[in-house]
Amino acid sequence: MSKRVFVTGIGIISGIGKNVEENLQAIRQKKSGIGKIKYLNTNHKDTIPASEVKFSNEELIEWYGLDKKQPYTRAALLGLIAAHEAVQKAQIKDIKEYRTGLISGTTVGGMDKSEHFYKELLTTNNHIKYIETHDCGDSTERIADFLGVKDFVSTTSTACSSAANSLLLGARMIKNNLLDRVIAGGTESLTKYHLNGFNTLMILDHEPCKPFDEKRKGLNLGEGAAFLVIESEDVVKTTGKKVLCELTGYGNSCEAFHQTASTPEGKGAYMAMKEALDRSSLKPEQIDYINAHGTGTENNDLSEGRAIEKLFGENLPKISSTKAFTGHTTSGAGGIEAVLSVLAITHNLIFPNLNFSEQMKELNFSPVTELLENVKVDHVLSNSFGFGGNNSALIFSRY
Amino acid sequence: MEIFIKGIGNISPQHTTDNNSFLDEVVNHEQDFLSCIEPNYKEFISPIQLRRMSKLIKMGISASKMSLRDAEIDNPGAIITGTGLGLVGDTEKFLNQVIDSNEEFLAPTAFIQSTHNTISGQVAIALKCFNYNNTYSHRGFSFESVLLDAMLLINDNDAENALVGGFDEITPEHHSIIKKTRWVKNEKIKSLELLNHKTQGTIVGEGVIFFTLSGKKESNTYAKIKNIKTIYKPENHQEIENKIEQFLSENGLTKNDIDLVVMGANGNIDTDDIYYHLADNYFNTNYAYFKHLSGDYHTAGAFGMWLAAKAIKHQQVPEVARFKKESFTDKPIKNVLVYNHFRNIDHSLYLLTQ
Repeated sequence: MSKRVFVTGIGIISGIGKNVEENLQAIRQKKSGIGKIKYLNTNHKDTIPASEVKFSNEELIEWYGLDKKQPYTRAALLGLIAAHEAVQKAQIKDIKEYRTGLISGTTVGGMDKSEHFYKELLTTNNHIKYIETHDCGDSTERIADFLGVKDFVSTTSTACSSAANSLLLGARMIKNNLLDRVIAGGTESLTKYHLNGFNTLMILDHEPCKPFDEKRKGLNLGEGAAFLVIESEDVVKTTGKKVLCELTGYGNSCEAFHQTASTPEGKGAYMAMKEALDRSSLKPEQIDYINAHGTGTENNDLSEGRAIEKLFGENLPKISSTKAFTGHTTSGAGGIEAVLSVLAITHNLIFPNLNFSEQMKELNFSPVTELLENVKVDHVLSNSFGFGGNNSALIFSRY
Repeated sequence: MEIFIKGIGNISPQHTTDNNSFLDEVVNHEQDFLSCIEPNYKEFISPIQLRRMSKLIKMGISASKMSLRDAEIDNPGAIITGTGLGLVGDTEKFLNQVIDSNEEFLAPTAFIQSTHNTISGQVAIALKCFNYNNTYSHRGFSFESVLLDAMLLINDNDAENALVGGFDEITPEHHSIIKKTRWVKNEKIKSLELLNHKTQGTIVGEGVIFFTLSGKKESNTYAKIKNIKTIYKPENHQEIENKIEQFLSENGLTKNDIDLVVMGANGNIDTDDIYYHLADNYFNTNYAYFKHLSGDYHTAGAFGMWLAAKAIKHQQVPEVARFKKESFTDKPIKNVLVYNHFRNIDHSLYLLTQ
């Protein structure tokens, strides 16, 4: 259990870009992906904004030269593209050279196709191939098959903390010498199903979201996928490859309070962050930046903010939520924000929290609102909290 | 990495909730699919809460409490669940509302309850358990990932014990859809005759099975889980044989040490040949099977593990679960291998010992 886990590759596709460079560029330019819904066929497209990946499925299939006859869900396409970028960036030529696993997080899975064809699936014999793309495992296996991953595949499904939990399992499998490297992250496409679900909970802002703002009104959904290649110390040493950073801490705990809400004091958030910090053997004051879960809902930002204040006390690091750029990409969020956390370290950047104007009266801090460049970023904490009280936290450190 | 099964809560299409009995009375299902025999929920859940819960959540909380009671543990060090399709009933309910109402006037309850981690979250709330909590949803590796996660947690000293479960449900509406694939039999059969129907597809079932796992062996232990392994899309029978051989050898055993092989045979002529191949050409021991009792579903491996653990505890395999009955011999049951696969994609091995 003394083995270390290193990040050697990252890949991302989101509402602000189809690869790492585009995402970084958009953040530097303060360009948000949130806007009028164009690709999802929903009746709410004129009233509820979201951050969509700006390509149709057909365009993505065309771009990657995939078989048009195969039933690709949007989650599979987004996941495949992001995971492929991560593998390329990690300079992996032969995926079978080391014991490699793929762990992806998703919750709505193939619902985009299921909801589109559902009534026909019930009453006709059309579109039968989409029956088998409904479940969460489908996108993971399509990504694995595209990359040639054979040694281990699995899918986490803890709603908005899914991708973080994929990284958690991957890191532990490497530490226990079950695998040499893991491609871990998550993928989620927008669906009418969860857009309407979140809408019934009345937690969607009809304007661009304002994380940690006193007048915040809710979240904007987004879609996207992101994966990290994490590798064992042995592989990194043997290959001599470039390490982006180290995954030094992780924590997972359960709020055990309410299916869709967290305690006002953020008990679960506190425990997850505390565990991650303890595991990394870092002191609170060593964390330079927190990429917060910061959804923009009344409930999350209050409980997360309080939990951060409780854990860090006087030594508050720089804090921001990047959800006003990417929207809340639910199961993809933990992966997308992990990739951004890695970029914060490799590029010495702290990202702005868009749309912020007024500090929450319950909190003693305001998030960072301008891009900070050439700053010391050695340790980043990334939070992901989900329905069901599933809270996870990850810490990335300079190597 | 060794962990021990300390407690069981098994809600299935058979009478499995009494941990003292072992398939004493068997139900021969004649419906399109096998439904669970529901327990008396009032033993586990207050009447007010019961009214708000869908069937699968009720079964989840009941089975988890059964398992913890059996293990005499109040608050587990972790709660981890696995499911192939999650809360199908709630998902259908919300999906139909979204479509039928044209995305207007929707109620949130079914949506809230439809995420795959609902059961792990609800069980945590019921137990006030703030510890590690996770859910996997990956076809035939859903429950296997759960076991692996629990083994890592206990091995890494992140938890002393863990409540783990596999759950899946089948509804008439979902059955009407999957019946259109080649994975479900078209003809109506009696479940106990499953393997006699050598046609395409299987019979679908459901189950909610929780185990309480501990790092310590104690007097009330059912069995030790010595190890588990997943095999993704093997090329052929030879690869499966090789992986089994390697797996056993990594755990200090050979195929001759295996006293019982629990097989996931499900009556599908397209995918069952590997089980017959292993029984006829590879192993030379006793065999059991279970999908005629549980039906097939993504997390059916949990029922296979239940059968293996019970066989070790009771030192016998009930007649109804014996595979190749004619050559079944009386012998002590020490090492049991469960081999199951999901649609010849996700293959899994669990090694249990006394």
